[in-house]
Amino acid sequence: MKQVLHVEDMSVTFALHNSEVHAVREMNFSLAQGETLAVVGESGSGKSQAFLAIMGLLAKNGRAGGRAMMEDINLIGMEPNQLDKHRGKDIAMIFQDPMTSLNPTLKIKTQLGEVLVKHRGFERDKAVQAATEMLERVGIPEPAKRANAYPHELSGGMRQRVMIAMALLCQPKILIADEPTTALDVTVQAQMLDLFKSLTEDFGTALVLITHDLGVVAGVADRMMVMYGGRAVEKGTTDDLFYDPHHPYTLGLLHSTPHIAKRAERLDPIQGLPPSLENLPKGCSFNPRCAFAFDRCLVERPPLAPTENGREKACHYEGPMAYGKVA
Amino acid sequence: MDQTPINLLEIRDLRKTFSVAGGLFSRPLTLTALENINFSIRKGETLGIVGESGCGKSTLGRCILQLLSPDEGQVLWLGQDLTKLPAEEMRKRRADLQIIFQDPLASLNPRMTVGEIIADPLRTLRPELNKEQRRGRVLKIMEAVGLLPEMINRYPHEFSGGQAQRIGIARALITEPKLIVCDEPVSALDVSIQAQILNLLSELKDEFGLTLIFISHNLSVVRHVSDRILVLYLGRIVELATGDEIYDGPRHPYTRALLTAVPIPDPRLARQRNIDALKGEIPSPINPPSGCTFRTRCRFAKPYCAEHRPPLETIEDNRLVACHRWREIEVPEEAVLGV
Repeated sequence: MKQVLHVEDMSVTFALHNSEVHAVREMNFSLAQGETLAVVGESGSGKSQAFLAIMGLLAKNGRAGGRAMMEDINLIGMEPNQLDKHRGKDIAMIFQDPMTSLNPTLKIKTQLGEVLVKHRGFERDKAVQAATEMLERVGIPEPAKRANAYPHELSGGMRQRVMIAMALLCQPKILIADEPTTALDVTVQAQMLDLFKSLTEDFGTALVLITHDLGVVAGVADRMMVMYGGRAVEKGTTDDLFYDPHHPYTLGLLHSTPHIAKRAERLDPIQGLPPSLENLPKGCSFNPRCAFAFDRCLVERPPLAPTENGREKACHYEGPMAYGKVA
Repeated sequence: MDQTPINLLEIRDLRKTFSVAGGLFSRPLTLTALENINFSIRKGETLGIVGESGCGKSTLGRCILQLLSPDEGQVLWLGQDLTKLPAEEMRKRRADLQIIFQDPLASLNPRMTVGEIIADPLRTLRPELNKEQRRGRVLKIMEAVGLLPEMINRYPHEFSGGQAQRIGIARALITEPKLIVCDEPVSALDVSIQAQILNLLSELKDEFGLTLIFISHNLSVVRHVSDRILVLYLGRIVELATGDEIYDGPRHPYTRALLTAVPIPDPRLARQRNIDALKGEIPSPINPPSGCTFRTRCRFAKPYCAEHRPPLETIEDNRLVACHRWREIEVPEEAVLGV
C-alpha cells in the first residue's frame, strides 16, 4: 500500500512561564492509503497534541519538531499560508464537538461550498451543488433542506456528519478524527463508525482515529498506537494488541474497559492516576502504576523497540502477564 | 429481624412535563419528559437506567429525589409518598436519599475545603453532632472512598476528576443514606479511573448495604454494575428486565438495537457483528410520534403501531416490555452480535 504520511521523530513542547512541558516526544509512525490507525490513550497522553501539531493548529506557546512527511512535503514548521494549500485539501481534521468547529452565522451550504471554491476553484453554484451531494453521501436526509440550515438547527449527530462531509469534499488523502463519536449517542455512533468504514474503503482515505474508547477501536481500526505520558508505548495490529498485549499499560486499559459480553464481577483497573507531563516519573513513566515494574524500570526509560510481527513496545519486562496481576 | 419492606421505592404513574418557549409570538410548548413511569426498586439492588440523550433518564433521577416535582404520580419511599411531603419533612428524608453527579468538579464548591464539602450535609441533617464528631465521621468516610486524611484541608481544584468524584461520593455517603442515585458518575473520567470508581461503588454498596440507581448512556457500564436494567425511550419505559435477560434476549426492538450498537472491545466479535442500525435520530419530545413513539425508527413497525400506544406489559416475573409485537419478533441467538 502507498504511504500517505510518514512521521519521524516528532515532538511537541509548550512554553510555560519559566519552564517547558514536553507533550509529545519521539513520535514515529507511517500511515498507508485506506488504512485506519487508532491512537489510544488517556488525558494528557499527547494523543491530540501530536495531530494538532501535524495540522499546524497548536496553541501559541506550542512548538513542534521533527518531520511529518506527506509525500515530499514536511508539514511541521510550514508557514500557515503554505499549510493552507494542503489543509482541507490533502489532510483534514474533525473534532469531538462539531458545534465549535462550524461557523454559527453561516448556512451549511456556504461553509461547505467555500472549501471547494477555495481549494478546487469551483464556481459558487457548482460548489453548493457538490456540497449538497456530499451531504447525501454521508447519510443526511433531505440534503437540500439541510444545506440551507444554520448549524444550530441540526442535531449533534447531523452536525458531525456535516463536519465529515466538509472534510471529505476535497477527498483528502488523510482524515484525522479526534474523538469524533464521544459526544454522540450509541445508535448515532454506530452509524458514524459505519460511515468511516465505507470512507476508507470507497475513497481510500487514510483515517487516524484518536480515542480513549477501546470498543470504538475494535470495530474500525487496522492498527493501533497506544500512548502514555507523551510517548508511544505499544504499536501493532488491532488484533495483536487486543488478544496479546505486550505492554502492561495496554493490558491494563483492556481490563479497565467494561465489556458488554463478559460480565466480570469486578473490573481490574490500573491503579493510581495518569502522570502530570510536568513531572514525569524517572525511568519508565508508567512504573508507579505498573504491577510488573522492577529495579531497571525505575532508572532506565525503555525505548520503543521492535519485537515480532511488525510490533513495537517500550517495556523492559519480558515475562508473562497473567490476568489480574495488573491490579 | 430486619422488617424493612422488600421494595424500598415504588414509582407509580409518574409524569413530568416542561414548558418550553415556542417562539416570540407563539404560546409555550409542552415537552413531555416522562410519562406512565411505573416500577419499583428492591432493597439492596442496583437498578440501571439507560437511554439516549433526551430520553428523560436524568429527569427521572431528579423526580425520585424531589429535586424536580413530578406533575402527576407518586414516589413511594417505604410506603410514604415523597411528592406530598412538606419541604421540612423532605429535607430530613434527604439523609436517606442521596445523589452523585456526572461532572465531579462542577458539583463541588471551589471555596470550601474537602473536609467542609463532605461535612456540609451533616450541618443540616445531623445538627446534634459537634465539630469533633463531624470531623471523625468525615475522616472515616474519606478512608472508605480512598482519600488520604491529609487531603482534608485541600480545595477541589487540587484534585483530578477521579479524586473529585471520590469527594462527591464521600459527601453522598456521610449521611448514611439507604439509596444513592448515581447520574452518569463515570462518564467524564478516563478509562482507568472509570474502572476504579465502578469498583469503589460496588465495594461501598456491599459495605454500607446501599441500594443504587445507576443512570448512564453506556450500556456496557450499566450491565456491569446493575442487577436490573430499565430502558427509557422518549420519556417512556420500553423494557425492564435483569441484566442477563436484556443481554440474552432483549424483547423490545429498541433494546435490541441498543445492544448491537454498544461498542464491543473485541475485534473478532466486532467483525462478526450485524449492527441493527437505527434509521434517523430521536424524534423531538415536544412533538412525539403517535402510538408507539419508537415506531418511526423501528424495523418491525406495522400501521397498527402508529394508532395505538403499546401498554407496559408484565411478561415474566418482574419483567416489563412496551411493544405490540414482542410475541411475534424472534430474538436473535446472539443478541449482542445481532445474529
